[in-house]
Amino acid sequence: MTESGSRRGADEGGTKQWELVVGLEVHCELATATKLFCGCPNQFGAEPNTNVCPVCLGLPGSLPVLNRQAVEFAMRLGRALHCTVEPSTFARKNYFYPDMPKDYQVSQYDQPINAEGHLDLPSGQRIGIERAHLEEDTGKSTHVGGGGRIHEAGHSLVDYNRAGVPLVEIVGRPDLRSSEDAKAYAAELRAILLATGVSDAKMEEGSMRVDANVSVRHPGEEFGTRCEIKNLNSLRSLGRAIDYEARRQIDLIEAGERVIQQTRHWDEADGRTHTLRSKEEAYDYRYFPEPDLVPVVPSAEWLAEVEASVPTLPAERREAVAEAAGVTPADAALVVERGLDGLVLAAIAAGADPLRVLTHADHNLAVEGADALDPRALAELVTMEADGALTATQAKTVLAEMVAGGGSPAEIAGAKGFEAVSADALGDVVDGIIAANADEWDRYVNGDDKTRGKLTGFFVGQVMRATQGNADGKAVTALLEQRRGG
Amino acid sequence: MPQKITRDDVAHVADLARLALSDDELEQFTGQLAAVLDHAADVEALDVADVPPTSHPVPLENVLRDDVVTPSLDRAEVLAQAPAVEDDRFRVPPSLGQEP
Ligand SMILES: [Zn+2]
Repeated sequence: MTESGSRRGADEGGTKQWELVVGLEVHCELATATKLFCGCPNQFGAEPNTNVCPVCLGLPGSLPVLNRQAVEFAMRLGRALHCTVEPSTFARKNYFYPDMPKDYQVSQYDQPINAEGHLDLPSGQRIGIERAHLEEDTGKSTHVGGGGRIHEAGHSLVDYNRAGVPLVEIVGRPDLRSSEDAKAYAAELRAILLATGVSDAKMEEGSMRVDANVSVRHPGEEFGTRCEIKNLNSLRSLGRAIDYEARRQIDLIEAGERVIQQTRHWDEADGRTHTLRSKEEAYDYRYFPEPDLVPVVPSAEWLAEVEASVPTLPAERREAVAEAAGVTPADAALVVERGLDGLVLAAIAAGADPLRVLTHADHNLAVEGADALDPRALAELVTMEADGALTATQAKTVLAEMVAGGGSPAEIAGAKGFEAVSADALGDVVDGIIAANADEWDRYVNGDDKTRGKLTGFFVGQVMRATQGNADGKAVTALLEQRRGG
Repeated sequence: MPQKITRDDVAHVADLARLALSDDELEQFTGQLAAVLDHAADVEALDVADVPPTSHPVPLENVLRDDVVTPSLDRAEVLAQAPAVEDDRFRVPPSLGQEP
């Protein structure tokens, strides 16, 4: 359910609940050295029209030759998405738009290189992948004059550096049911792109571009008419655009109107989607087989090599942490995202309390160099903390030192004057503070929860002062409660 | 058997190809294209159940090159071929409608 959908369903009583249906199409640029069909550099940010040659400019007589590395990256990504790698062919997608000098884009149509896979979200939800095919990127048009938007433009300026850069288009099934899930899908796909090394997957630079197909329906009914949302340059935009678009479609339907199938442009500044073009002027790209390129039929040996190059994927890494720490895969998502799962697993193997290790990795290790930490030292620190030799705050301070300059936690704690306060000694201090503050103690014992809450802060503060901060706040609170009850 | 090509089909294809055809031309090309499609229908009449599909007339597959950079063209030379240039880029009229 969308937030808007469920809220509306609840507020408006008689109205049936709405269900959001989203499928994402993701284009990612492959991290090859050269373009898909020529030896021009595949490079972001070069001077305009410096990475062009007869092939990518579509000059007469030039012939494309397929980049082996691009094919290999596409297959590796396909296997990481649990697709089957198929014999594939290329086709020409024809259109009149100046961003391709040839007036067509070479893509894969009826025989894509990867078919039928899936992607598992950290929540455990499985999202279908229809296909992941190879194609060439287009050049970059800048619209000059008017409002900078295409239909108002006076004229366009084209840079063909990007024309011919290898892309994989990953077509997801409409299995997503909320903007949160859509963001999780895009984030997971990005993690897979990075883990497999096939793309640098930068949404802000356009090396990962997400288009969202959005429709709404009542649960159990047929899919509604969908709109395709473009210009989503961040996960935040993706989430906002989907929620906005769902609300717009629900409002239309509830007002007795109908949703028109169209492509819409997300405007991050005004937080709305705008009509880009209507499906009424239907696409007809007149795909036909590309005569200049022959089929790609990977041998069993090549496929085996590609298979071996697929690294352990984020989903499997979350599983490993979840199993070792006794948590859910979703709880392990952050450490895997930060690449700290190796450290966490090694520290747990070295005998550290799993939950404390995870807590540190989640909250105190979002810093450069954390992955280089010695897992045995981390285990030692966690054990000191678990034994009460260090408070949580002290452990955090020691950990920061360990990341910055290495060293053993015991030595760092010693140098900082963090001394363990034994349970007996802490009990004595607490009793002394209680005796010295009889009025406050009386109100602590006999007051309501709110009063007790305030006074807990007071007593913990007093104990901290008496021990120069070497007491563990939680232990003090426990002692106070014990004294109150006993 | 496929349906006979209509005048509307031809008008649609002409529109996709950005060709402005007169009524007479539409009439003329509808007849010509129908003749071409009739010929294709002859081939369609054959029983090809046992013939594997051909995706390319040349019996080659996996023609690949290594991912090695080769020199690109000189920009000044490239842009000198363009009808209009601005800011080191190709200057083109605004376009509407189709986008990939
Ligand atoms: Zn080139």
